Amino acid sequence: MENTYDVIIIGGGATGAGVARDCSLRGIKALLLERSDISTGATGRNHGLLHSGARYAVTDGESAEECIRENMILRKIAAHCVEETDGLFISLPEDGLEYQSVFVEACRRAGIRAEVLDPEEAKRLEPAANPALIGAVRVPDGAVDPFRLTSSNILDAKAHGAEIRTYTEVKELIREQDRIVGVKAYDHRAHREETFYAQVVVNAGGIWGHGIAAKVGITINMLPAKGALLIFGHRVNQMVLNRCRKPADADILVPGDTISLIGTTSSKVPYDQIDNMVITPEEVDILLREGEKLSPQLAYTRILRAYAGVRPLVASDDDPSGRTVSRGIVLLDHAQRDGLEGFITITGGKLMTYRLMAEWATDLVCRKLGIHQSCRTAELPLPGSVESREEVEKKNRRKPVAQRRSAISRHGDLAARIADRNSIQNSLVCECEEVSIGEVEYALENLSVNNLVDLRRRTRVGMGTCQGELCACRAAGLMGKKDPVCAKKAKADLVSFLNERWKGMAPIAWGDTLRESEYTTWVYESVCGLSDETEKTTVQ
Amino acid sequence: MNIQQNTVSENNFEQCIKCTVCTVYCPVAAVNPHFPGPKQAGPDGERLRLKRPDFFDSALKYCLNCKRCEVACPSNVRIGDIIQSARIKYGPKKNTSLRNFVLANTDLVGSLATPFAPVVNTAVSLKPVRFMMDKVMSIDHRRVFPKYAHGTFTSWYKKQAEAEQAAFPKQVAFFHGCYVNYNYPQLGKDLIRIMNSLGYGVRLLDKEKCCGVPLISNGLYQQALKQAKVNLGSIRRAVNEQNMDIITTSSTCTFTLRDEYPHVLSLKNDDVRDRIELATRYLYRLIQSGEVTLKFKEDARPLRVAYHTPCHMEKMGWSYYSIELLRMIPGVEVFVLDSQCCGIAGTYGFKKENYPTSQAIGEPLFRQIETSGADLVVTDCETCKWQIEMSTTKKCEHPLSILASRLA
Repeated sequence: MENTYDVIIIGGGATGAGVARDCSLRGIKALLLERSDISTGATGRNHGLLHSGARYAVTDGESAEECIRENMILRKIAAHCVEETDGLFISLPEDGLEYQSVFVEACRRAGIRAEVLDPEEAKRLEPAANPALIGAVRVPDGAVDPFRLTSSNILDAKAHGAEIRTYTEVKELIREQDRIVGVKAYDHRAHREETFYAQVVVNAGGIWGHGIAAKVGITINMLPAKGALLIFGHRVNQMVLNRCRKPADADILVPGDTISLIGTTSSKVPYDQIDNMVITPEEVDILLREGEKLSPQLAYTRILRAYAGVRPLVASDDDPSGRTVSRGIVLLDHAQRDGLEGFITITGGKLMTYRLMAEWATDLVCRKLGIHQSCRTAELPLPGSVESREEVEKKNRRKPVAQRRSAISRHGDLAARIADRNSIQNSLVCECEEVSIGEVEYALENLSVNNLVDLRRRTRVGMGTCQGELCACRAAGLMGKKDPVCAKKAKADLVSFLNERWKGMAPIAWGDTLRESEYTTWVYESVCGLSDETEKTTVQ
Repeated sequence: MNIQQNTVSENNFEQCIKCTVCTVYCPVAAVNPHFPGPKQAGPDGERLRLKRPDFFDSALKYCLNCKRCEVACPSNVRIGDIIQSARIKYGPKKNTSLRNFVLANTDLVGSLATPFAPVVNTAVSLKPVRFMMDKVMSIDHRRVFPKYAHGTFTSWYKKQAEAEQAAFPKQVAFFHGCYVNYNYPQLGKDLIRIMNSLGYGVRLLDKEKCCGVPLISNGLYQQALKQAKVNLGSIRRAVNEQNMDIITTSSTCTFTLRDEYPHVLSLKNDDVRDRIELATRYLYRLIQSGEVTLKFKEDARPLRVAYHTPCHMEKMGWSYYSIELLRMIPGVEVFVLDSQCCGIAGTYGFKKENYPTSQAIGEPLFRQIETSGADLVVTDCETCKWQIEMSTTKKCEHPLSILASRLA
């Protein structure tokens, strides 16, 4: 039957995508269901930090070891999603140096290279670091792009036969006696309900997994912990900067693609608020105040946006902050735990350990299906990371320099599939992030893009300083060409894209960011006449 | 809430709100599709280069540094400076072809050429020589070379003028630049005549080097820096020890001494910057203050001149002074041409690869000049003069030359 699979995976974050890839590589017929687009939850709302594990070395040795192992694996299998920047753990006068020796010792115990640097050497290596630093330790931190990572896993899963359905929301788990046999889901695009069957259902819904399990009366005691971050307009630092002290608020500054990110805060939020993340002025205050201590120039560097994600922490004690809760991977076989066969939950963990989480979950799926195939995801490079950098450069020679480098950093070796035969294809849609018409067309054809926000996640359209001012209408035009939709729908999409951009700017709307957003408003409302649509959506 | 009071970034690149008006005003982007335009090459590109230096695009060499982008920018972004600084910081470090070396070293080439000026001038106007220069050095064969003077301005000054200057009650220092020194000493002589008639003695700096602008645009930054330091040293001595203002006749030299030194070469000059001024502005202000009066010849032949605003005049906002000064001359009717780049941009238009761009940029200006009905064109920039004389049927003169010719 065409709606029958071996496994149904709920959730299109990094973990769900990883499970889909792992399953399909082991010959398991998989269906992934995601209520929105891929990487819209916690996967796309974090630091994009390629943890070395050093941050957890003192408090959680097990997580630290997992991190450094996965760190080394991702550098190989996902080279195009990773930037090998290294990181510094700096000690400021107010921190003292006592923690440093404990920290270095713990790193070494976990197998993390930790090199104590002379303060002058550290300042030379990273001129953006606070010059007041009295000590620094260099560790193999880096940056990882969660959108690319997830998209790459999805591409490979599809290539191996998995079916991916985004904008398809699981409404109900179908239970037959003490067994889950499938799901009922609502397709938000086709506006219809569908039923899918499988021998195993994997709940990889992150924090939303709590609600998915609750549909069949299973309680996973999750502790939604909100983490807010600020994005700065350009790269301030070239190495990840951490404070060498007990993990606290706003003590990591990550250089990610064209920007730098400071985060995070940590505050408990009620479960019913996880779809409604608002950044408070207090959070912005903390991020700036603490961020300046890592790198004083944050005080006067333009901020692009603010955003927050919800960590899917699994509560193991009564700590209200959610910071001391285990960040370890939690794999629940509900047959053993709750007497419900055919249903497993994979949660906890971190973006860094998504692959390992997928491996554990897929191992359990295999046991349930009686399949004896071992995991290969630690060795097989992801699509985009197959060919060498030199090879890729050669194949993209026709693209102008900045476009070529940007396209390669976004798509790795797949950048060669971006058409660049003429000046139209090489014209820019997004000027801040160097996204060409060719790249947008490639994304529309190959990367399951349904709207402008999806397109942003695949290409960085609208993620630069102008936040959609110039590219939104161009991208909308290209989408309309590919898939002629009614003008009303296209306008609504444009409005929702621009409003989503504004949402991130609102908490830090001052100075040039405010000036630029006013200009954007003028272009779209007064020149293009989008104001009617805006009013309608605001009312909604 | 702790709102950031102001955000700053190098050359204000983050103040850019992507309105793109700079690209609209860019003379190169309009005619050369290989140049990404000032917004892309400037603030947008800077953000990418901060990510990784290998985002540097060699197409930045097509920027002719006219700074019209900066004039157009409503957000005060120093777009041209961003591009020039990027070329210094990220561009090829060894960029000196023989051609660029020859074009950049106006001082050296000038001192070699002036003693043999008649021979050199004849030689570079010969077809076979120009053909060879095109093939061997990539200097376009269609480009007409400026004539060298037989003997420099400074040697004339020492022999003929220096002695009497000290007798004047007031003194100014003259930064003559390479053009006056090697190509057209007469302009320097005209200036001295005007200043002397107003009671000002004209002195030279104790040591003057080429301002460095051709070195900067040809990638010879270290040499530019060295020369800039020599010039600033001389200027400081003239200002501080002799309390002299520094006047100039070349708009680009003036702009370089005042603005490119601090912005592109990172040499502080705010202690003397306001004392460096274009001679036309200096004169205009003297006259306006009522301190001096120019005495003109009685019989004023009518003369219709078209004033061309060089890019760096536009940037400084000073073409007003030259135009108003011309209007003071009896019989002279001034018609102001649309302010647009003539395309030559110093050594830029000499290069074979830039020649078509250069001429395409200037085309609308040439057309306006031809239809203006002017007797001659007037401008403050020597390279604009070369371009206009080569590309139109009109002669082109410096405003001070017109003024001097009409003095009583």
